[in-house]
Parts: sequence; structure tokens; C-alpha cells
Amino acid sequence: MISSMVIVGGGQAGAQAVDTLRREGFAGRLVLVSDEPELPYQRPPLSKKYLSAELAADRLLFRHRAFYDEHRVELKLGVRAVRLDAAQRSLQLDNGENLTYDRLLLCLGAVSRPITCPGAKLIGVHYLRTLADVAPIRAAFKPGARAVIIGGGYIGLETAATASKMGCEVTVLEMADRVMNRVVAPTVSQYFAQEHFAHGIKLLCDVRVVAVEGGRRAEQVVCADGSRYQADIVIVGVGALANTELAEAAGLRCDNGILVDEYCRSSDPWIYAAGDCTNHPSLRFGRRVRLESVDNAFEQAKAAAFNMLGRPTVHDRVPWFWSDQYDNKLLIVGLPQDHDRQVLRGDPGSRSFSVCYLKGRELLAVEAINQSKDYMAGRKLISDRAMMDPEKLRDVNIGLKEAV
Amino acid sequence: MAKVIFIEPDGARREVDAPIGTTVMEAAVQNQVHGIVALCGGACACATCHVYVGAAWLAKVGPLEEMEEGMLEAAWQRRENSRLSCQIHVRADLDGLQVTVPRQQGD
Repeated sequence: MISSMVIVGGGQAGAQAVDTLRREGFAGRLVLVSDEPELPYQRPPLSKKYLSAELAADRLLFRHRAFYDEHRVELKLGVRAVRLDAAQRSLQLDNGENLTYDRLLLCLGAVSRPITCPGAKLIGVHYLRTLADVAPIRAAFKPGARAVIIGGGYIGLETAATASKMGCEVTVLEMADRVMNRVVAPTVSQYFAQEHFAHGIKLLCDVRVVAVEGGRRAEQVVCADGSRYQADIVIVGVGALANTELAEAAGLRCDNGILVDEYCRSSDPWIYAAGDCTNHPSLRFGRRVRLESVDNAFEQAKAAAFNMLGRPTVHDRVPWFWSDQYDNKLLIVGLPQDHDRQVLRGDPGSRSFSVCYLKGRELLAVEAINQSKDYMAGRKLISDRAMMDPEKLRDVNIGLKEAV
Repeated sequence: MAKVIFIEPDGARREVDAPIGTTVMEAAVQNQVHGIVALCGGACACATCHVYVGAAWLAKVGPLEEMEEGMLEAAWQRRENSRLSCQIHVRADLDGLQVTVPRQQGD
């Protein structure tokens, strides 16, 4: 008899798990612990419409408070889980409380990868991950303010686009030879770099930040080649690390994330994990992955909830991602690793095109720019392990679905 | 505020008040309307807030944009009156809008 379930983490995964557990009939004690003071909210708008104040905070909430009351969810907000005793099945909180559980779900998310160069901790050096992170950044994004962004990944570029919209003078410093180099094809990097140039962003690749200088406040960012960039605010977006501290200290097996199986179970039979904090098997791609995505957090949490209820459910979805920069929408589905060829569909000059990744004739991933048809077709084709005809694939007059 | 009427997949009728300027998807999520997932939160990136717009309202809601059209192409049981509810903004002249939620979201 399962009488008590505890969820740690109030992000997408934690919120979804609450929802699924109650919807699927769990009637026992359900506790959600989150170290953030807010009700669970959506993170993607933080670098976009919430940052630009086009969206109010209450529109970020997954559910209003009434939902949690109605479903008898005990919320422990602004409370941190400090120690997990897997043998005793108990969780110690920083407010002095001890929670015991029959099933525990860890949705600990990820933390921003910090920079460690001299000056990294000066006032005015910011990271953007939580709702609380946004307020000082928004306040600094005044017209004419000089924003230096370290990192040309999703967060860096979305923030750059928003900052420029808010009237800032923006510099983006990327260490690799192209933006978003870990997640998109060179053609796509080039397209987005052009978009940022066209919006007046000073975007530099192949530059390594070696210091942030200033008195108490960050005033300039210094690169290895001696170049310096004046800054009223510095924003760091250089990736994220799985938040595994609590799990590791409890003796759960971790390796770039909490190791879970396809049933979202950790190395402890009573502890499950979901979302960015996990390292999980992808049956479709035949290897372990750690994903930072809304979709994965949602799907994995849902599967975890079913498994916690004793209804075996495998988590094995084709992952997808999106990014909004200016009026461009980047949609990605699948995982491109191990591909041996990229096929471009359409003309980047038309502002709508896609890149398909093949291994032999098998479709592994699609990156679609302002092109939702190829993206949606790709979702199904990748999941079905479809074999493509590369010649047809190149022809935009033939739908992706038909290019098999 | 404008009224939006949802017919849930099991046929239940849900009448909710939606603030002007928000989306029909948000009204569904905030009122726990069954069958609307809305994973991407309104970015037109997931096609999990698919609805069928009542015939009387179709012209008023307006035509599909290209991105929405592409997202819907692979939707489960797409029909002539299929729309993504995140792309329908609540307006005073949509007061009383009726939409039906399909039994399944996604492809």
C-alpha cells in the first residue's frame, strides 16, 4: 500500500508528476517540495516574453493555487531538501521538517554552469534560469544599456534578441567557431548569426573570456586576444549541469545526471527521477542521454508517475526542442549524433528551410527554421525509424513524408 | 472577460471566463479542461492544444497562419475546423466561442 509520495522540484517535471498522480487516482499524501518560492511555472518564457515584460508572472504558472488545494497537494515552497536517507526513506528539509515517503520522485533540474575566471562573481554578472533571476536583468535592460552576453547557445541568443528588442546595445561572445554549435548544423548557425547581425548585435565567435573586470561592479569583459567589451550588465549562458548533489550524497548512482532506467527508476527501488537531472536510456537512439527540454521533463515525469503507481510504463520518446529568436522559430526533433550526412531542404535565403540528418537512409533528426511541416513530419518519421530517399529529400516540392 | 465553451473529449460541457488578450489555450489550462496538454506554453511548437472550432465561430476566429497550418498537418484527426488553441486570442467579439477538444493530442 502506497500511502505517501514526495516530489522534490517544482519545475515542469514536478508539476506534471503532481498532475498525473492525482489524475490517475493516487489518493494518499502528496507533497511537492520546491526551493523556489513561486508556484511551479514555465521556464521557457524567462528569456523571451517574460524578460521583456510582455507576459506577467501569473501567466507562467502551470496551475493556480486552487488546483493544489483542490487536489490536496501539500506545497513546501521556498524549502530546500538538504538530506536524503534512502535506507530510512526519509527526506530532511531546511525548515527542520522530515518527510517520510513510500515513493520519492526527484525532479531536481539543472543548474547554470558557472564561469570561474577572475571577476566571475562581481556584481552585475548574472545567470538566467529562475524567475528570481529575471528581475535584475530586466531592470538593467534599459534603452542604451550595454549588455555583454557570454555564450551563444539558446539562452545567450534568446536573451540577446530580447535585449535588442528592449533597446540595449548587445555583444555576444561565443567560444566555439559558430553559435549553437552543440545543437544545430553549420547552415543553421550561420542563418541565426545573420539574423543577429541584422538586428545590430555584435556577435563574435572564437573568443574566449578570461576575466570580468570592474570595481565592485562588472564594467568590462576581457578576452584571451586582449579585446575588451564595456558592460553595464553581463549575462552568462554557457550551459547547465544536472543537479545531482542530493542524489549523490544519498548514494544514488549518478553519471552526468541521476542514472535511471526506462521506467524512470534510480538505483534505489523507491526513488524515481525525471527531467533535466536524469541520465536515461533512449531505446530509439540506443544510448544514454541527458536532455534539457520541456518535452522530456513532461514525458518522463508522466511515465515516472505511472511507474510509481505500479503501472509499468516505458519512457522512450523522440525528443524535441524549440527556440524563438526575433520572429524566427527554430524547431528541432530527434538527436543528430552518429549521422553521416546532412541534407538541406529549401533555401535559407527564403527564411524557411530545414536540415535533415541521415545515418545511411535512416532519419535521425530534423532542424526546421520557420518550417513546421517538415518538423511535424519528422517527428513521426524518426519515431517510425523511416528510411528516406536522399534525392527526394533534397526536393522541397516533395513533402518530407513522401521522401521515403 | 469573454466566455469560452469547451466540449471535452467525453462530451462534458465546460464554460469558462477568459481574460481578453490571453489565449483559448491558457483558458483551458487554467481551468483544467481535459484533453488540452499545451506543452510548449503557447509557442506554436508542439501541437498539443488542438481544438475543433464551432462552425458558427470559424470565420470570426480567422484564417490559419502558415506555422499553425504546418503544425496541424500531422495532428490526430485533423478537420477543416482544426485550430491550435494557443493561436486563438480571446477577444470581446469571441464571447461565447465554442470549441471541441479531440480525444487525442499530438500525432
